[in-house]
Amino acid sequence: MNKSKVISFIKANTMIIALIFITAFFVWQTGGKILLPQNVSNLISQNAYVFVLATGMLLCILTGGNIDLSVGSVVCFVGATGAILMENRDMNWVIAVIFMLIIGTAIGAWQGFWIAYVRVPPFITTLAGMLIFRGLSNVVLQGLTVSLTNTTFVRLFGGGANCYVPDFFGIEGFNLTAMLTGIVACVIYLFIQIQGRIKKAKKGYEIEPINKMIIRSVIISLVILAFAYQLSRYRGIPTALVIVAIVVLVYGYITSKTILGRHFYAVGGNEKAAKLSGINTNRIYFIAYTNMGFLAALAGMMTIARLTSAQPTYGQNYEMDAIGSCFIGGASAYGGTGKVSGVIIGALLMGVINLGMSIMGVDANWQKVVKGMVLLGAVIFDVVSKKRNN
Amino acid sequence: MAKILLEMKDITKTFPGVKALDNVNFKVEEGEIHTLVGENGAGKSTLMNILSGIYPYGSYEGEVIYDGRECHFMNIKDSEEKGIVIIHQELALVPYMTIGENMFLGNERGKAFAIDWDETYDKADKYLRIVGLEESSRTLVKDISVGKQQLVEIAKALAKNAKLLILDEPTASLNEKDSKALLDLLLQFKKEGLTSILISHKLNEISYIADKITIIRDGATIETLDKTVDTITEDRIIRGMVGRSMSDRFPKRESKVIDDISLEVEKWNVNHPLYEERKVVDNVSMYVKKGEVVGVAGLMGAGRTELAMSLFGRSYGTNISGKIKIGGKEVQLHNVSEAIKEGLAYVTEDRKDNGLILSNSIKHNITLANLSGVSNKGIIDSDEEYNVALNQREKLNIKCPTVEQNVGNLSGGNQQKALLAKWMFADPEILILDEPTRGIDVGAKYEIYCIINQLVAEGRSVILISSELLEVIGMCDRIYIMDSGRIVGEVEGAEATQENIMAHILKTTNKGA
Repeated sequence: MNKSKVISFIKANTMIIALIFITAFFVWQTGGKILLPQNVSNLISQNAYVFVLATGMLLCILTGGNIDLSVGSVVCFVGATGAILMENRDMNWVIAVIFMLIIGTAIGAWQGFWIAYVRVPPFITTLAGMLIFRGLSNVVLQGLTVSLTNTTFVRLFGGGANCYVPDFFGIEGFNLTAMLTGIVACVIYLFIQIQGRIKKAKKGYEIEPINKMIIRSVIISLVILAFAYQLSRYRGIPTALVIVAIVVLVYGYITSKTILGRHFYAVGGNEKAAKLSGINTNRIYFIAYTNMGFLAALAGMMTIARLTSAQPTYGQNYEMDAIGSCFIGGASAYGGTGKVSGVIIGALLMGVINLGMSIMGVDANWQKVVKGMVLLGAVIFDVVSKKRNN
Repeated sequence: MAKILLEMKDITKTFPGVKALDNVNFKVEEGEIHTLVGENGAGKSTLMNILSGIYPYGSYEGEVIYDGRECHFMNIKDSEEKGIVIIHQELALVPYMTIGENMFLGNERGKAFAIDWDETYDKADKYLRIVGLEESSRTLVKDISVGKQQLVEIAKALAKNAKLLILDEPTASLNEKDSKALLDLLLQFKKEGLTSILISHKLNEISYIADKITIIRDGATIETLDKTVDTITEDRIIRGMVGRSMSDRFPKRESKVIDDISLEVEKWNVNHPLYEERKVVDNVSMYVKKGEVVGVAGLMGAGRTELAMSLFGRSYGTNISGKIKIGGKEVQLHNVSEAIKEGLAYVTEDRKDNGLILSNSIKHNITLANLSGVSNKGIIDSDEEYNVALNQREKLNIKCPTVEQNVGNLSGGNQQKALLAKWMFADPEILILDEPTRGIDVGAKYEIYCIINQLVAEGRSVILISSELLEVIGMCDRIYIMDSGRIVGEVEGAEATQENIMAHILKTTNKGA
């Protein structure tokens, strides 16, 4: 490989390389503790809400660097309402879940309407939302904590003592279900890769070098298998991981493979050009924020499940975690670029830093300082590399 | 002979790929009003930008001698210190500040940490009276008319102790009465010893006010006319402005116009989106036949882009009225996607701001206006899309290593081709091309002309908006001439000359003041 190829490879995969280096750093500092099965499993469960919120936030950021500051409060409000419905009103948990999703989506649509059709700046609209829904959470809960007793709900949304997908084999100390799931995931991944290649070859399209494809497939398969192995040595697949996986796959597909997804990139890249290409730009803004409300509701359910209660203080700074993950994961602060996969890397990076520093026993305040510096560094990198291009 | 206040000697300025000024010489005597005329893009503004330091010393060749000394202006501040003040065509006033604040913006009275507002407003009022305005200097700029804003600009220049005032088309957006008032003001200042350079397109104004006229064409000075020596006629100025010869810059085309009207516009009216009382397109009626290239000639600000964008799904303006018929059938185009569905395409003049998504790949840009063409039920077939992009690249000869490359990294000519590729993939019947060759080199221009010929050969219709008269004459079967939002003339391509088109534009403007 020549020099320019190396540079472009590094540029395209900066955050993956950063993730590897940071993980290696913590492996060294914690004597390998960070990669213990329990920690790997916790990394997912603890950060599940970040993955979900960051995916929604990506759509908002894609439209032009617009953020949603209200998600933390919406998470809290939806969770609070759900908890009240299930515990104080004895509502069936399935109906409560539907109810919560509707509330979240409605909140998103409310904010989306002002942003898209009245053109109130998103920053202001969602800042107002942040205050409104934090206040309403307090009103709904009357300032108190409501404990959740519905174990089905709690377990399904990734909380409580046993928040794992049941093991069908019952081998002591090794969760075969998790391992098998990992293997199946690998096989599906390889199948899609090969099928795509055959289809391209059949139609006579250009295909990438076989070596490149093999190397990539092997690396990705190994990562999946190693991850599955660690999970199976602990207690299996966390239910939160299932939710995260579905969200990531669905939104990854929408952003990369559908017309709707393409419209997000077009609006963020150049709104005027998008408009003159026949795209209804208002609708795109509306969808972005409505969807953010929907995902905030999902994250809200995961939050109350994980903490088996609802409190007026839940969800604080969640918006910052989500926004940070997007920018660290390579979304442009000006909109128009960014991928779901990048956001996942960004969220993982934040999660690893959190976990690593916690294991090392770094003071919580210093953890914030480090995370802030990482976020600033990532955005500086984005801005500077853009300037170079111009 | 009076003292020479300013002399610009052998000025040459090159932009990447284009020589904007080529050994220009320009002399201004103290106390005269000197007008600078030339087509759009002839180099007038470039010359003035060098004089005022916007293009700093070192970025051009040649000498600027002012008041007997050679000057090396690095920025506007340097030139303003010497008393050279430029007033740009687009007003540089901040609407939500008062007249007084605007007048001393960047030149504040008092100290850096203690602005003296009493002095500011007292002085501002004095200068306002000099230019004949009765307003209080505490009025917000947004609350006064455009004509008065122009006068505020002049007052602002005076507040900087201007000795040499440069006005770039100051009357372009003014009505007759305001224009007259402004010109009279300049004449009055002249008596008091102020020197002015005026860039203008309006021949009646020029003959009213100018002592000398310098004509610039293609980045070179053609001649300087002196009112006291030469007899100045409009024809003489027009000839000076456009006198170029036609060469083989345009590919030949067998005219295949079919007597079948593809687009017809009747009594089209559009108002400005912000200043709703201002009419931008005024009762325009026009038509295009199948296989025909119809030109729309006119100066900048004539309303051509506004006409095109308002037709294209009401992308511009308010209070739009009139009829559009496509293929003989009246259609209502409420938004861009309806316009695209009816077979209309508008290729913008501003490819970077309105046309392309620079941060996206060539491939994604090409398919953007017709994503349903590469997808099934909302899901994009990326292989198909890639293939479409490859085909378009070959068809339009877009020079790029891969179609996955960001379109922002292409050269101007290739970006323009990518933009055309995008609209050709939308498969329109009628293409409105707005300045399709602006800012690209001669070779790329020729390729774009070939593409236009190919489009009409396929039976499509092309409306070509261009400020380059040669291009309009060389390419079009028929030409509409637009000025101040109206169609002021129509000539057959074969009969068109630069002189008669220019005459249409300038003479209608003459009916003004």
